[in-house]
Amino acid sequence: MTHRAARIVLLTPAALLGGVALASAAHRPGLAGEAGPGFWLAALLVWLAATLAARDLAAVAPGTAGRGLARLAVPLLFGFLVLVLWEAVIVGAGVPAVLMPPPSSVALRFATALPVLGADFVQTCLKSALPGYVLGSLSGLGVAILADRFSALKRGLLPVADVASALPIVGIAPIMVMWFGFDWPSKAAVVAVMTFFPMLVQAGAGLAATGRIERDLMRTYAAGYGRTLLSLRLPMALPFLFTALKVNATLALIGAIVAEFFGTPIVGMGFRISIEAARLSLDMVWAEIALAALAGSAFYGLIALIERAATGWHPSVRAG
Amino acid sequence: MSRAGALALKEPPENGPAETERPAARAAPSSAAPVVAARGLSLTYAAADGPVRALADVDLTVAPGEFVSFIGPSGCGKTTLLRCVADLEQPTGGELVVNGVSAEAARLRRDYGFVFQAPALYPWRTIARNVGLPLEIFGVPRAERRERVARYLDLVQLDGFAKKYPWQLSGGMQQRASIARALCFDPKLLLMDEPFGALDEIVRDHLNAQLLTLWRKTAKTILFVTHSIPEAVYLSTRVVVMSPRPGRIIDIVDCTALGRERPLEIRETPEFLRLGQRVREGLRAGHAYDA
Repeated sequence: MTHRAARIVLLTPAALLGGVALASAAHRPGLAGEAGPGFWLAALLVWLAATLAARDLAAVAPGTAGRGLARLAVPLLFGFLVLVLWEAVIVGAGVPAVLMPPPSSVALRFATALPVLGADFVQTCLKSALPGYVLGSLSGLGVAILADRFSALKRGLLPVADVASALPIVGIAPIMVMWFGFDWPSKAAVVAVMTFFPMLVQAGAGLAATGRIERDLMRTYAAGYGRTLLSLRLPMALPFLFTALKVNATLALIGAIVAEFFGTPIVGMGFRISIEAARLSLDMVWAEIALAALAGSAFYGLIALIERAATGWHPSVRAG
Repeated sequence: MSRAGALALKEPPENGPAETERPAARAAPSSAAPVVAARGLSLTYAAADGPVRALADVDLTVAPGEFVSFIGPSGCGKTTLLRCVADLEQPTGGELVVNGVSAEAARLRRDYGFVFQAPALYPWRTIARNVGLPLEIFGVPRAERRERVARYLDLVQLDGFAKKYPWQLSGGMQQRASIARALCFDPKLLLMDEPFGALDEIVRDHLNAQLLTLWRKTAKTILFVTHSIPEAVYLSTRVVVMSPRPGRIIDIVDCTALGRERPLEIRETPEFLRLGQRVREGLRAGHAYDA
């Protein structure tokens, strides 16, 4: 066993256990809110142990047994450390929960408020963000193809689109409420507007990405516009389309949440964040933020997985 | 659909007319209906600093079964001439007939296969699906497609690489795959634009020998653009020497004296060297013309 392996085996459990001990010790009466230098020294040691362990884990050579596990362990260890130190510092220093709740109370709130969070998730993610995302991305692609086909449209529409893409969401959200009502359709409309432009721009670039020889080849086969689009230009544009889809995955969630600040029925993640913040129950706000982070990363990850499967041929993805 | 039927009825190339009986290569180009006939062909295009004459007054007739190479300095219009035959460029003057019809009609009839300077294989398709691309576009049924792809991969000695992706193959193998792609729908005319220009000498020799065998086997008419004198003389029945811009034909060197069977060693023979010398002199004359 190398020195590095020995260090990993020693330091990783030390950091994990030390972190848990530190976070739970912070809650003890006499420590909470009035931690002394010894406590902060312990926190520093935990941080040091975790940093060293993470460094060694990240340096595990390719081909070594357990490398996959080590690669997975680095972000997990880091995330865990952030939570534990956050807990220890907030509780140990006695920061008021209104300013910054400790993760434990956010987690507790998350667990007890599951039905509310579930309803908010359905309203904001499934009813507002998802349909808007699909609509915006598809129409962005459609308009990009039309603009490619008819150059007059390209010259006339694209400059207008550039201006429209600069519209601030806080401006269009109230207008959409006027047009489509308080419930999710107005939020989906905001998301559709927001996701339309990245797709339009990326798809336009993607459709222009084919080389002259590739296009000439299709011409020698007497292939028409549609055939060339399907067999050559859309596959070539796929990496661009996925870039837009990933950008849009994040934009859609932001759009749906922010749009709810401008009038909404009494459900939804944005609605909950705005009223719970007003009521100073920051643990619920943080629980919603955690939910948004989870949903956003899961959605982004899903798109990234589909991208890997669909563009495995692309130099940025393929192995060997 | 009728296109698919017509393809299906064609004989496989190996069973084509016995090549030894074909007189085309030796005979004067006018004996059979020409595959390519150009008269007074010229092409001028507008550039930022005035019109550029890429081709000027080109007269050329190519008979069926010929292997004609075009050689000349860079920018002499040899590629432009080939692209005109393929209807990828439109001449601005003169007449051009391909297989008895206009270049555009010939393209729409899918009369020729084109091999480009780069393999231009689509990276999201396997080698087999790249080779089968024209067949897919022409609506050839799946079973026949599979059979043809296998046959032509075999012909360019790429059997066993059907399921690989282009980037997993060497440059020479990729170019062979692109040749199989140009051949698999059995066009009577093959247009090749410096197909081996980017490959190293050894691979190039090998592919030249293979191409010659393939030409004898399939009895196709081949138009071949190159800037290598030995390559042109080795492969061709006739070498067309072109001048720098505006591209015009300076000399046409008949290479049929080398015969149809040409081992690589033929390049050491006095006859081969004499032909090469004549091409070289033509190229030199072309440069003097320009100066």
